[in-house]
Amino acid sequence: MIQALVFYMFAAIAVAGGVMVISARNPVHSVLFLILVFFNAAGLFLLLGAEFLAMVLVVVYVGAVAVLFLFVVMMLDINFLRFREGFLQYLPTGALVGLVLLVELALVFGTWTFAPDAASVSAAPAPDVAAVSNTEALGRLIYTDYFYLFQAAGMVLLVAMVGAILLTLRSRPGVRKQDIARQLARRKEDTLEVRKVPSGGGI
Amino acid sequence: MPNLMPALPEIFLACAAMAILMLGVFRKKDDMRATATLAVVAFAVTALLVSGLGSERTTTFGGMFVIDGFAVFMKTLVLVASGLAVVMSVGFLEREEIDRFEYPALMVLATLGMMMMISANNLMSLYLGLELQSLSLYVMAAYQRDSVRASEAGLKYFVLGALASGMLLYGASLIYGFAGSTDFEVLARTFAGGHGAPHAGVIVGIVFVVAGLAFKVSAVPFHMWTPDVYEGAPTPVTAFFSVAPKIAAFALFVRVMVGPFGDLADQWRQVIVFISLASMILGAFAAINQTNIKRLMAYSSIGHVGYGLIGLAVGNAAGIRGVLIYFAIYLFMNIGAFAVILSMRQKGRMVEGIEDLAGLSKTSPMMALAMAIFMFSMAGIPPLAGFWGKFYVFMAAIDAGLVTLAVIGVLASVVSAFYYLRIIKVMYFDEPVESFDRPIGRAMGAILAVSAIVIVAFTVVPSPLVTEAEAAASTLFGE
Repeated sequence: MIQALVFYMFAAIAVAGGVMVISARNPVHSVLFLILVFFNAAGLFLLLGAEFLAMVLVVVYVGAVAVLFLFVVMMLDINFLRFREGFLQYLPTGALVGLVLLVELALVFGTWTFAPDAASVSAAPAPDVAAVSNTEALGRLIYTDYFYLFQAAGMVLLVAMVGAILLTLRSRPGVRKQDIARQLARRKEDTLEVRKVPSGGGI
Repeated sequence: MPNLMPALPEIFLACAAMAILMLGVFRKKDDMRATATLAVVAFAVTALLVSGLGSERTTTFGGMFVIDGFAVFMKTLVLVASGLAVVMSVGFLEREEIDRFEYPALMVLATLGMMMMISANNLMSLYLGLELQSLSLYVMAAYQRDSVRASEAGLKYFVLGALASGMLLYGASLIYGFAGSTDFEVLARTFAGGHGAPHAGVIVGIVFVVAGLAFKVSAVPFHMWTPDVYEGAPTPVTAFFSVAPKIAAFALFVRVMVGPFGDLADQWRQVIVFISLASMILGAFAAINQTNIKRLMAYSSIGHVGYGLIGLAVGNAAGIRGVLIYFAIYLFMNIGAFAVILSMRQKGRMVEGIEDLAGLSKTSPMMALAMAIFMFSMAGIPPLAGFWGKFYVFMAAIDAGLVTLAVIGVLASVVSAFYYLRIIKVMYFDEPVESFDRPIGRAMGAILAVSAIVIVAFTVVPSPLVTEAEAAASTLFGE
C-alpha cells in the first residue's frame, strides 16, 4: 500500500517535471527541473530494488551531466527563446501525430503476448538476487558475460573522443602558452637590468 | 575466461588503432604518411589472422561473437576494401593539405566496428558494432571541417544515422520484449517453425530492425542521405563509404535475416522484395540526370544494393552465394572507379563533373580503358565480372520462383546501362578540353591495374571466388 503510494508520488513528480523541462521559459529552470526528474527516477529505481542504478543515476546524471548542462546553458550566449518560436503553432499537428501513433501502438501492443519461455530465458543470465547484492550482481554480469559489450562500448567512447578532438581542436597561431620549462630557466640577468639613476635626471 | 582466439583479429585491430593514435600524438607532426603505413600493415596482419581462423562455426564471449566461413569471407572483403581505401586516400589528402594523423586511426576503428558487425551474434553486439562503425564514419564525413559541404554532409549523416539507430534499437527492444533474449540462437529457437505467424508486435519489431539496417546499406526508401553525403564528403572518404561499410552492413543484414529470423522468411520477404525493387529502380532512373560523378556513384551504389537485396530476398544458400559474389566483384569495380575519380585533377584542382572526363581516351588511354572496364562491368555487360555477379543473383531468384523480381532487376540494369555507357561515350567520343594532371602516382596506378585485372580475370577463372562464396554461404545454413 505505502509502496504503491510512494510509486505514484515519484512517477507523478517525474512526469510533471518532464513536462516542465520542455515548457519552462528559462533554460536554467529547465535544467533544474531535469534534476528533479532524475531524482524521482532514482526513487523509482529504489522501489524496484535496484539501489545501485539509483545511486549511479544521481551521481552521474545529476552530478555530472546536469551540471554540464547548466554550464553550457549559462556560458553559451544562445537565445533559447528563438528556438521555441512556433512551438505553439506546431503543437496541434504534433499532438495529432502523437495521438495517432499512440492509438496505433495501443492496437499493436494491446494484445501483447510473450514467447512461452520468455520469462525463464530473460532471467537466466542474472545471478540469484537473494544471494548477492545488487552491485555485485551487476558487476558479475558486466565483467563476465557482457565483457565483450563492455569493451566494445569503451571503443565507441574512444571514437567519440577522437572525433570531438579531430573536429574541434584547432592549433591557432599566435597563442601564447605557458611554457614552464622556459619560465624556470629564466635567470635574473635575462630580465633585470640595474641602472644607476642620477638624481633629478631620470632614465 | 572466454576463448579469445576467434576474436584475435579484432583484438589485434583494436590494439593497432590505439598504437596508431599513440604514434600520431607523440610524433607531434600532423602528416598522415606514417600512421597510414601503419594502418595498411595492421589491415594486412588482421587479414592474415582472419584467414587463419578456419571456417568452422565458433562462438565466444557467451555467444555474443560468432565466427564462421561467412564471417571470414566478409571480413576479408572489408579488410581489402579498407586497406585499398587508405592507400588511395594518402595522396589526395596530402595534396589538399588536409592530411591529419587521426584519419587512418578512424579508418581502423571503423573497420573494427565493421568486423564486430559481421561477427555479431546478439542484438547488443550488433548495435555496438554498428555504432562503432557509424560514429567513425560520421566523423570522417565531416573530416574536412573547413568545407561547408563536408560539415553539412557529416551533420546530415549524423542526424539521419542517429534516427536509424533509434529505429533499430526500438525494433530490437520489441523483439527482446517478446522473446526475452537478444541472443541470435535463442531467437532462432523461439521463432523456429511450427509457431505459425508470431505476434504482430514482433513483426513490427523486425520491420524496425530492417528499416535501421536498410538505412545503413542505403536502400530505398532510406537512401536520402547517400547522394548528399557522397557529394559533400572528401572524395577518398566517399570511396571508403561506398565499399567497406556497405559490405559490412550487408553482411550484418544477411546474418540477421537468415539467422534469428530465418524461419520468419515468409513474413519479411515482402519487405525485402519491396526495398530491393525500389532501390534498383531509383538507382537506375535517378542517376540518369546527374552531372556530378560522385552523386552518380551514390545512385549507382543504391542500385547495386538493390541487386544484392534480391539474393537476400531469396534467402537460401544459392541466394546468399549470389550476394557474396556480387559484393566481392562490387568491391573491385567501385575501388577502381574511385581510383579514376580521385585522379581527376586539372591544374592541381579536383574536378567532379562527368563532362570533365571528356576525351580521356586521348589524353590518358590506359586510365580510360580501365574506367571503361569498370563501367561496362557495373552495367553488367558480359563477359565482364559485373555480369556474372548479377547472373548468380538473378539465377537464384528465378530458381526460387521470384521471377518478377529478377525480370524487373534485368530491366533496371538495362536502364542503368545508359548512364554507365554515357561515361564511356564521354571518354571516348567527346573532344578533350583539358587533360588531367599526370602522373597519378604509383599506388593509384597499381590499384587501377589490379582492379581491372581482377574484373577481367573473374570471367576467365571464376571458380576460386565462386567456390569460396559457396562454402561461405553454406556455413550460414548449417550444412
